[in-house]
Amino acid sequence: MKELSVNHLLGIKYLVKEDIDLIFETADHFKEVINRPIKKVPSLRDITIANIFFENSTRTKLSFELAQKRLSADVISFSAAQSSVKKGETLIDTVNNILSMKVDMVVIRHANPGAAYFLSQNVKASIVNAGDGAHEHPTQALLDSFSIREKLGEVGGKKVVIVGDVLHSRVALSNIYALQMQGAEVKVCGPKTLIPKHIESLGVQVESNLKKALEWCDVANMLRVQNERMDVNYFPSTREYAQQYGVDKALLESLNKEIIIMHPGPINRGVEITSDVADSHQSVILDQVENGVAIRMAVIYLLASKIKQ
Amino acid sequence: MSQKILLTAKEVNIILHRLACQLIEKHLDFSNTVLIGLQPRGKFLAERIKHILETEYQVKSIELGFLDITFFRDDFRRGEKQLEANKTQIDFLVEEKKVVFIDDVLYTGRSINAALTAIQSFGRPSEVELLILIDRRFSRHLPIQPDYRGRQVDAINNEKVKVCWVENEGEDAVYLI
Repeated sequence: MKELSVNHLLGIKYLVKEDIDLIFETADHFKEVINRPIKKVPSLRDITIANIFFENSTRTKLSFELAQKRLSADVISFSAAQSSVKKGETLIDTVNNILSMKVDMVVIRHANPGAAYFLSQNVKASIVNAGDGAHEHPTQALLDSFSIREKLGEVGGKKVVIVGDVLHSRVALSNIYALQMQGAEVKVCGPKTLIPKHIESLGVQVESNLKKALEWCDVANMLRVQNERMDVNYFPSTREYAQQYGVDKALLESLNKEIIIMHPGPINRGVEITSDVADSHQSVILDQVENGVAIRMAVIYLLASKIKQ
Repeated sequence: MSQKILLTAKEVNIILHRLACQLIEKHLDFSNTVLIGLQPRGKFLAERIKHILETEYQVKSIELGFLDITFFRDDFRRGEKQLEANKTQIDFLVEEKKVVFIDDVLYTGRSINAALTAIQSFGRPSEVELLILIDRRFSRHLPIQPDYRGRQVDAINNEKVKVCWVENEGEDAVYLI
């Protein structure tokens, strides 16, 4: 029987195509489970999972917690704001203290790139990266591809443009890895200041004109402008950004085909996309959220099955 | 590997008709009864029974679903090989319905135990029965017995019962391997 090639989910970079296929097949089953009258299965009743969030999160944290509870795992969650981290405890100490309470798996979000990898090298638990700085956010990329697959049948051969703040985005990097691994073509589009130098080395083309990028693509993944990570001004004003890189209904209707609009959330309505686009039939934003739970159930289930008793 | 034939195509056919008749005897027009084939191998048997009921005994509109018990099994992380899930397809509620589980072989009873838990996700059945093609007696780990039984077999532990269907193996037959 197939199993994942890895013991931790640190990033898409560490996976192979077969892992993604297996996660999607498993998520198909879990999507059926979460649409039952009783949305719970007892698989992980002897597994304990700690969710450690050193950065703010609503969607991802709720989605992970729900996925864990739907699998009947025992869950403890903590946010750095209420913890001893503020008293100067190191990351390894914090996590080892949690692990001594007999925890099998740790879901971590941290502002520093590589935090999840660092933990996987230093503590004895299965680690799931829920976002590490501007590095990777693997479950988001998986649910994005899963949503494309659901809408278009497959990811291979499709054209996807990632629009906006690519520089500060872990979603962008994970998506680029995941989409390319499945055989999709990827372009990025945004103000020059928000496109990383040397991004072409990942095999990604850069397009500065949004209309041209949208004409080319099947799917547009609109990233959030991450004001909280910007120490200097990367563009003159929000209004100017919205005019050049925001998608509105008129722009969508001017295209010669119907494209799919995705957004990892939270949306800045009127900046990346206008409300009528976010709520239109072309938007799959809420499907992404539903698929997020199924994908996270699949990832946790598959990783847990590799934890030896 | 040596194999001994337990049931030929003709015998399987006779048994399927008998099981169908026993179901009619108990459930009459199936107005409040649903059939649930247990994935992966109970699916073929369940489809056959439904086909016989509809075409040869004119019982119409039988509700049939397929239940996968992978996520309800009690041996998760205990075996060497990873468990592989199959599709669950139950497009109706089983609330207050009479449910008949259908599977090809009854061995330890653990699958049926898991199925009893899994079916609760789709409502509270008024009663649950079990229809089995091959009953391997003396091998039960749990106090579970079939209500409808095709053939009882005494097999020692390292022997395997293999049920073949035209749909997946090209012939109807049951072998002891």
